[in-house]
Amino acid sequence: MSLQATTYLVVGLTFALYIGIAFWARAGSTKEFYVAGGGVHPVLNGMATGADWMSAASFISMAGMIGYMGYGGALFLMGWTGGYVLLAMLLAPYLRKFGKFTVPDFFKARFYSDTATIVAVICLLVASTTYIIGQMTGVGVAFSRFLGVSNNMGVIIGMAIVFMYAVFGGMKGITYTQVAQYCVLILAYTIPAIFISFHLTGNPIPQLGLGSVFTGSDMYLLEKLDHIVNDLGFGKYTTAVPGDKLNMFVYTVSLMIGTAGLPHVIIRFFTVPKVKDARSSAGWALVFIAILYTTAPAVAAMARLNLHSTINTAVQSGGDVFAEEASIQYDNRPEWFKRWEVTGLLKFEDKNNDGRIQYYNDKSKDAEFLSKAEAAGWQGNELGVNVDIMVLANPEIARLPNWVIALVAAGGLAAALSTAAGLLLAISSAVSHDLLKNMFMKDLSEKGELMAGRIAMAFAIVGAGYLGMNPPDFAAGTVAIAFGLAAASIFPALMMGIFSKTMNKQGAIAGMLAGLFATMFYVFAHTGIFYIKGTEFYQFFGGKDFFFGISPNAFGAIGAVINFAVAFAVKNMTTPVPEHIAEMVENVRIPRGAGEATGGH
Amino acid sequence: MEKSHELYWKKVLGLIRNVLIVWFLCSYAAGIMFSSVLDKIKLGGYPLGFWFAQQGSIYIFVALIFIYAKLMGKIDEEFDVAEK
Repeated sequence: MSLQATTYLVVGLTFALYIGIAFWARAGSTKEFYVAGGGVHPVLNGMATGADWMSAASFISMAGMIGYMGYGGALFLMGWTGGYVLLAMLLAPYLRKFGKFTVPDFFKARFYSDTATIVAVICLLVASTTYIIGQMTGVGVAFSRFLGVSNNMGVIIGMAIVFMYAVFGGMKGITYTQVAQYCVLILAYTIPAIFISFHLTGNPIPQLGLGSVFTGSDMYLLEKLDHIVNDLGFGKYTTAVPGDKLNMFVYTVSLMIGTAGLPHVIIRFFTVPKVKDARSSAGWALVFIAILYTTAPAVAAMARLNLHSTINTAVQSGGDVFAEEASIQYDNRPEWFKRWEVTGLLKFEDKNNDGRIQYYNDKSKDAEFLSKAEAAGWQGNELGVNVDIMVLANPEIARLPNWVIALVAAGGLAAALSTAAGLLLAISSAVSHDLLKNMFMKDLSEKGELMAGRIAMAFAIVGAGYLGMNPPDFAAGTVAIAFGLAAASIFPALMMGIFSKTMNKQGAIAGMLAGLFATMFYVFAHTGIFYIKGTEFYQFFGGKDFFFGISPNAFGAIGAVINFAVAFAVKNMTTPVPEHIAEMVENVRIPRGAGEATGGH
Repeated sequence: MEKSHELYWKKVLGLIRNVLIVWFLCSYAAGIMFSSVLDKIKLGGYPLGFWFAQQGSIYIFVALIFIYAKLMGKIDEEFDVAEK
């Protein structure tokens, strides 16, 4: 069977599975629509959370980014997993005890004000919408690369699938499809990694392979890789840091608390039966996430090694990389190279017209290396590499059978669709529950609210699809904003709501707004106001990353500190929190008496 | 009753603090701040600081959540506040 046909078959089978689950898990009540009836087993919820959490970016791009960044890529690994420790201890069990349907529900009761709720809803909508654009473009890209349909067609097919299980099944349909999607995506990720690890090190477990001896040499794989990238003028793989260590530190903090504050992740913990289950379910979620996240660094290093040794045949033997015959001839490039060139992920430009590919760091700070490269007649790096290639082309580089390549396509789609569905639920429940039922149409019946939920979901899907087909110019940078916002506004407010009995509504609202604006201010200083080019204003503050060298994507942690500081300052100047709220906090802190999640008042 | 609530909360905060200390040590301290020093020690082919940053911290995070969940269950029992 041809690769194309196999891919259609595998992707078709997984879609049939999702639709079957959608039919079986229809939602009959608002409780099923918002929290899957509240009876999801903690292990299954952990699996669903894993799929919800791991997006197209985790699946397709993360290993490539780590491969490109080396050691410093660890900030994604630690940042996107360490947040679950915070979530498990600081937020999930208490919000589960609180027993409502949505995150803004908590703001409404704890900060006894519609203003606080609206601020929370705005933060939630901005964070979720920016995040979902990335998922929808991911769906389009995966379809067009693997199935040969147009980007827009891919987005439409993806929308139709999500529509079926999200609109009819709500959280219930989403939860059980996410469980299936997790299985698909984790198989798709680990199988190629196992093959490659075995091929390069003789050890089939990628986590161990990365620390093993490189087959056919007496060197460890990481040592080898250090030599290779060093020979080609890149920094050493095992020590390369983005910016400086302070930036790496703050960036990691931002991702961790952003993870803990993202509403679509938090609401997953409202679906388990007990407070106890919310704690262990976070552990299970992290187990399932860790399987991918500990495999990713192995994929990263091995794919990078494979790529370099394909392009420059001398690196593997430790020979002279500058020798003319070391760089491969463009006409002799491998098949996979040709296939991925078509998609634009690999771009070759023969700068010195020798018909060979020179792939090296022409911006190296090593003057000796640059002079050697010049002497060899190299006139600049000739290969443009999109980091996504490291996962997408991995099975082909390792010459794995067609069904594995097809599985990677299905896995990428599963990752994108499952995250999109979770975000869509967070968006639609904020509209139908927090805005309509709790604020503007308080006499909405249960049936009416369920219908409103479905309509909001349908609109959200169409809206997300439209944005996926016409991504705004700034789409690439917005996922970072989602984390920044969650870190600087939602996480600190939730923390203070649970851990401070005296925090009042004035403090919480002022804190959230301060964190939000500080973060937006810093990001806009670098990207332009609302991403409009030409309106950047970082130069007035002394250049890029003017705040102690912190990059804009890492600023969420600073925003959170500002949030806490402002909140406590304002609290001390305003009227204290009412008695019954302090009692409520007291009650939230102990597990006993947690009923199932309800929307009732 | 008031007293036991206060004591319960104190114990909970103590547990959270202890878990956060380990959480900080394995990621920020071992993986970032002192990674270059730890890199001098090798764990198979892994420099130790690199291993903490890209592998070890994640395993420890997983273990921490389950340990936390277990100890919290014990505290809940002790103060008789667990769900029935």
